[in-house]
Amino acid sequence: MPLRLSKEDQEKLDGEHGPATKMAMSIIVKMAAVYQAETLMDISGAHIDSTLFIGDGTLEFAEKLMNLGAKVVVPTSLNVSGVDEFNWQDWAVPPEWAEKARRQMVAYQSMGTVPTWTCAPYQSELRPEFGQQIAWGESNAIAFANSVIGARTERYPDLLDICAAITGRVPAQGLHLTKNRAGQLLLSLENIPKELQESDSFYPVLGAMMGKYAREKIPVVDGLEVKPNDDQLKALGAAGASFGAVAMFHLVGVTPEAETLEAAFQGKEPPERHTITMKELYASYLELSTSSGKQVDMVVLGSPHFSLDEFKKINPLVAGKKKSPNVEFLITSSRAMALLAEKAGFLDQLRAFGAKITLDTCILTTPMLPESIKILMTNSAKYSFYSPGLLNAEVVYGSLEDCVNSTIEGTVLRDESIWDMER
Amino acid sequence: MNKEIIRARVVLPGTAKAEALVSNEPLSFWGGYDQHTGEIIDRRHPLSGQIAAGKILVLPFSRGSSTTTAILLEAFKSKNAPAAILTIGTDSFFALATIVAEELYQLSIPILALEEKDFDKIENGQVLEINEGGEILFDKKA
Repeated sequence: MPLRLSKEDQEKLDGEHGPATKMAMSIIVKMAAVYQAETLMDISGAHIDSTLFIGDGTLEFAEKLMNLGAKVVVPTSLNVSGVDEFNWQDWAVPPEWAEKARRQMVAYQSMGTVPTWTCAPYQSELRPEFGQQIAWGESNAIAFANSVIGARTERYPDLLDICAAITGRVPAQGLHLTKNRAGQLLLSLENIPKELQESDSFYPVLGAMMGKYAREKIPVVDGLEVKPNDDQLKALGAAGASFGAVAMFHLVGVTPEAETLEAAFQGKEPPERHTITMKELYASYLELSTSSGKQVDMVVLGSPHFSLDEFKKINPLVAGKKKSPNVEFLITSSRAMALLAEKAGFLDQLRAFGAKITLDTCILTTPMLPESIKILMTNSAKYSFYSPGLLNAEVVYGSLEDCVNSTIEGTVLRDESIWDMER
Repeated sequence: MNKEIIRARVVLPGTAKAEALVSNEPLSFWGGYDQHTGEIIDRRHPLSGQIAAGKILVLPFSRGSSTTTAILLEAFKSKNAPAAILTIGTDSFFALATIVAEELYQLSIPILALEEKDFDKIENGQVLEINEGGEILFDKKA
């Protein structure tokens, strides 16, 4: 079936809504053919991952749209930028990079967007609602919106998300449609201690496994005995979307489209099943580290961006303590979240501890780390997955407590008792 | 010599003749593909260290980051894109980047969707010839 356009779609394609809308609509229409969609549909929100400055090409694309007068037609949040406008000079960011990344920020802000500059827009005021049709970029945000909130977005890539926001239209296909949101494989937890399920460090490890098993399918995890909080679910989704192409997952009894196992599979039999054992989880835990030594140059937290709750949680761990001079300690978050944390009094202890905070971007999206930083430690599966390729750095995975303790002692300290299978 | 022919679905048309770089492991271009050299830089990936620029990249699908498209756009700009990309089923990320490269730079490569059984027929290092109709020709094994 060929694509049927509405009268307004056709007008946008013909340039009657201006040249930027014409360009954006022509890309949407070409992509509709790629997706083999028959119609376009409305969205009522967007999140733009195209904000990442990758090079002259992404900047040219953004400035071309800006110069054509592009404006978004739905409430639109912005993902991380390529530079911390306020603090980049404290780091190794080349001035030329900072300037180009800043130009890209200006371009996307000129389109009438909300400058949230965060990869955790679901923890901002632009959090979508259950059932809302949206066009989101940023792999972890896509997974969270679909799975935890029950909003509906396809896995939109950079350069397409902004076209959807400018036209207000997307191809009617994929995860926008109920029938495509059913689970496609069942992952059953077997004899996983409740104590481990309650710990934050369980979720990145489970998420990495989920991503590897699911690949591009929708996994359904059954057997959780606890109700994970938003930050745990954020870590789970980010891991699944890094180690696989998970755009949606169901947790039976937890996520809104999976009240029961039957609901998660929309009444059908699971086409594929796997059991997740402690042995496999421990192997996945080990795989999140590429270095097994004691050396650590920097501890980095906040991928996805640190939330207000996470700032609150880390406070008692650093209170009255001082970091080792041999280890840098960095938290990445957004300007809005850092401001809330500041007003709540959560940043004073962190500063006294020796922490630095980078705003609106992260170590993966701005070239801020000096050459001397070769081994990172983190509680984030996403940092663990991407740092070796993007930064040529080694990584050590640990819990939040492990990360803080290692920063104080200046050497890798990990309490692995929670992973001990002999208990 | 006898030629084997695979018929793929044309996601974006074009022609290419180059060596195949094949992996069964999906790849995120962000953190996985050096836009300035075409090197596969995901150090956990079986193709780590290989140069994909100018080759026909054959992968199951693109995993991970939504920024894969931006990296491929930059690779087009620096003339370090693959000569074609073949995946199992349609991969919308590789298609989108190619559509934008055509819009900005009038550059394009064939993007083809394979069936799984055909994916398994293509071997690393084989020279593939792709025509406008989505036919993939290569020498039959002796």
